[in-house]
Amino acid sequence: MVQAGIIAPPSPDGNFPYAAAAGMASFGATGKHGLEGFLAYALQQLINGISLGMIYGLIAVGYTMVYGIIGMINFAHGDVFMIGAFLSLIAVLLLSMGGMMGGPAGIILVLLLSIVITAAYGWAIERIAYRPLRGSFRLAPLISAIGISIVLQNFVQVSQGARVKPMETLIPGGVEVMREDGFVVQFAYTQMLIIGVTLAVLAVFTILVTRTPLGRAMRACEQDRKMASLLGIDTDKTISLTFVIGAALASVAGTMYLLRYGVIDFFIGFLAGVKAFTAAVLGGIGSLPGAVLGGLLIGLIETFWSAYFSVQYKDVAAFSILVLTLIFLPTGLLGRQEVEKV
Amino acid sequence: MRLQLALKDALIGAVVAALLFIPLVALRTDVGSTGALTLRYRWTDAAILIGLVFLGRLALVLWTGRTGLRPSTSAGPWTLRLQRLGKLAAPAFLAFALVLPAIPGIDRYWLDLGILVLTYVMLGWGLNIVVGLAGLLDLGYVAFYAVGAYSYALLAQYFGLSFWVCLPLAGILAAFWGVLLGFPVLRLRGDYLAIVTLAFGEIIRVVLLNWVSLTGGPNGISGIPRPSFFGLPFSMSGGEGTFAGFFGLEPSSVHRVIFLYYLILALALLTNWVTIRLRRQPLGRAWEALREDEIACRALGINVTITKLTAFALGAMFGGFAGAFFATRQAFISPESFTFIESAIILAIVVLGGLGSQIGVAVAALVLIGGTEIFRDLQEWRMLVFGGAMVVIMVLRPRGLVGTRTPSIALGKRRAIDGKLVGEGHG
Repeated sequence: MVQAGIIAPPSPDGNFPYAAAAGMASFGATGKHGLEGFLAYALQQLINGISLGMIYGLIAVGYTMVYGIIGMINFAHGDVFMIGAFLSLIAVLLLSMGGMMGGPAGIILVLLLSIVITAAYGWAIERIAYRPLRGSFRLAPLISAIGISIVLQNFVQVSQGARVKPMETLIPGGVEVMREDGFVVQFAYTQMLIIGVTLAVLAVFTILVTRTPLGRAMRACEQDRKMASLLGIDTDKTISLTFVIGAALASVAGTMYLLRYGVIDFFIGFLAGVKAFTAAVLGGIGSLPGAVLGGLLIGLIETFWSAYFSVQYKDVAAFSILVLTLIFLPTGLLGRQEVEKV
Repeated sequence: MRLQLALKDALIGAVVAALLFIPLVALRTDVGSTGALTLRYRWTDAAILIGLVFLGRLALVLWTGRTGLRPSTSAGPWTLRLQRLGKLAAPAFLAFALVLPAIPGIDRYWLDLGILVLTYVMLGWGLNIVVGLAGLLDLGYVAFYAVGAYSYALLAQYFGLSFWVCLPLAGILAAFWGVLLGFPVLRLRGDYLAIVTLAFGEIIRVVLLNWVSLTGGPNGISGIPRPSFFGLPFSMSGGEGTFAGFFGLEPSSVHRVIFLYYLILALALLTNWVTIRLRRQPLGRAWEALREDEIACRALGINVTITKLTAFALGAMFGGFAGAFFATRQAFISPESFTFIESAIILAIVVLGGLGSQIGVAVAALVLIGGTEIFRDLQEWRMLVFGGAMVVIMVLRPRGLVGTRTPSIALGKRRAIDGKLVGEGHG
């Protein structure tokens, strides 16, 4: 396992969300504050939580879409996010070598490059590991997905090395929102970027699902795949495109993660994946707004948990939410009751 | 015509491969001497990969005439031969395992390797009860292994209990955890169950890592007492009360290794024996019925919850035994030994061995663990190969290499059932 403690902390106010649980104590809670600093501290956590939650939400959409259409947990989705982060890092390095990394155009180029290639990964994964197994027995696609997850992690470990990759901060600084007793609440530019880009991407995505022929085909496949194919919808193509879109969203999340936290390794996909899956379940799996809502909730819970209780157990908090949701609220917040037919 | 199709398909494959491999393989990010990241180019590596994809697709299409692979569960030409071989191989393997320490030229290294392989055989057989027989995908099996290991280590450390007292206790505690986890989550659908067990495994690991006052945190527990031979310790002094002294042998450190070897062999065989016996009983048949079709099971009046729970508890118990053995063998445990990768390896063993097949699991453990132990230099490729093999096996033969099953109980003549005839229910 990678010891994340060796490298410099990525952000001044930072909540470093995914790194190995060991040795991470110093980056999270900035300690107990008096009652005076309470509001400022809570506000800072709110900002951190929302921007983290947006990243989870973007990944969770991929889980929920795939689940909605083929009823399968795409276990490798967290690792697709990791691939997206790595591709963004490589794009950043390439562009800065070419001197094109200045300004917003650079960021957009990074986003585009990473989206295209990550989408290709999503397409290839579906084609290789999931499509042949459609209609096979129940556990087969899941086991195949676990295999793909292991392959992706170790492929990146072999090809890019096991060491963590610390990137220089591209967008430093932020806006000072309030100052209270020496505690400065900062709304970092990267956080603004995360929230802005996520909202924009989700808006485009919502239009895609609700207004376009592709979205209609996707929704039709979700309701009844056999019937949809009888009515002339190319279900294989629709499912492929679902994976492509899911991977593209995960890649945006990867880019945002890289810009915000600056440190990645081949293992970040595992925890991020489980947490995003938790978000999808919490919001009601199969429901797109639910995934974003669930992501925000998980981000907030995790941030506040680390800020006020314990950083060490923040992953336990997220996992416990998953277990509790599945036991007491299996349909999630916005999900609908699933009727089991024979 | 076919060549044209094949060339076109292979070219498309190569273009996709170029898209996938050029950024991640040809451009390698390295932390430079100044601490900043630099790019290193490796065009040949990427070119080799792309070429392999091109040739692979070309060969595939030319050979099969199709662009896609189809999973098959029907009996292959090798099925009968494999089955006949299996009948002979099982006793042969057992005999080999029994006499291994006596074979001349077998030194400590090989015995240690044997112990390692047998530990994974046992874990594979334990998980096989849960995944292979009952059809419950458990991604957190290593948690029970950890519970067993820590149970023994802590009981020995705080209460001075001996290994032989702790072994059953570790099993019982692990089974208890299995029930505790299983009871609320077993109502869930299969894939939810997989994720919850994964989360559970991580929770156990994080707690072990952070509860420093009890478990020592990342430093682990060291100085775990070694097992004794029915009260006779393996000591180098060779005195009256030691193993060597009692039997009048020359004191040697190999004695303990041989003893540990036979201990894990016995534990693994116990797991196997219990599984084989249970498969013929109503409980085992209920497990297999549950795996095939949960709704039909309910309709036939099988108590689904109890059936699943027993599978979970039994699997966990054997995991606990293996954990206690691991602790006493290593004399040191830390949370690092119980990561998700470990669960994934055990699952890979069960899957590659063919879900539900006892001999298959043993062979898979031997090949995966023994094989990678011998090719130590390829350590970082190991998991890559495991994961790839999982995908390939699922895509080509989701029911395992043999693909047919002999029913545990049959009316009249016992026949192998072709995988094609086994309908899969959705539970």
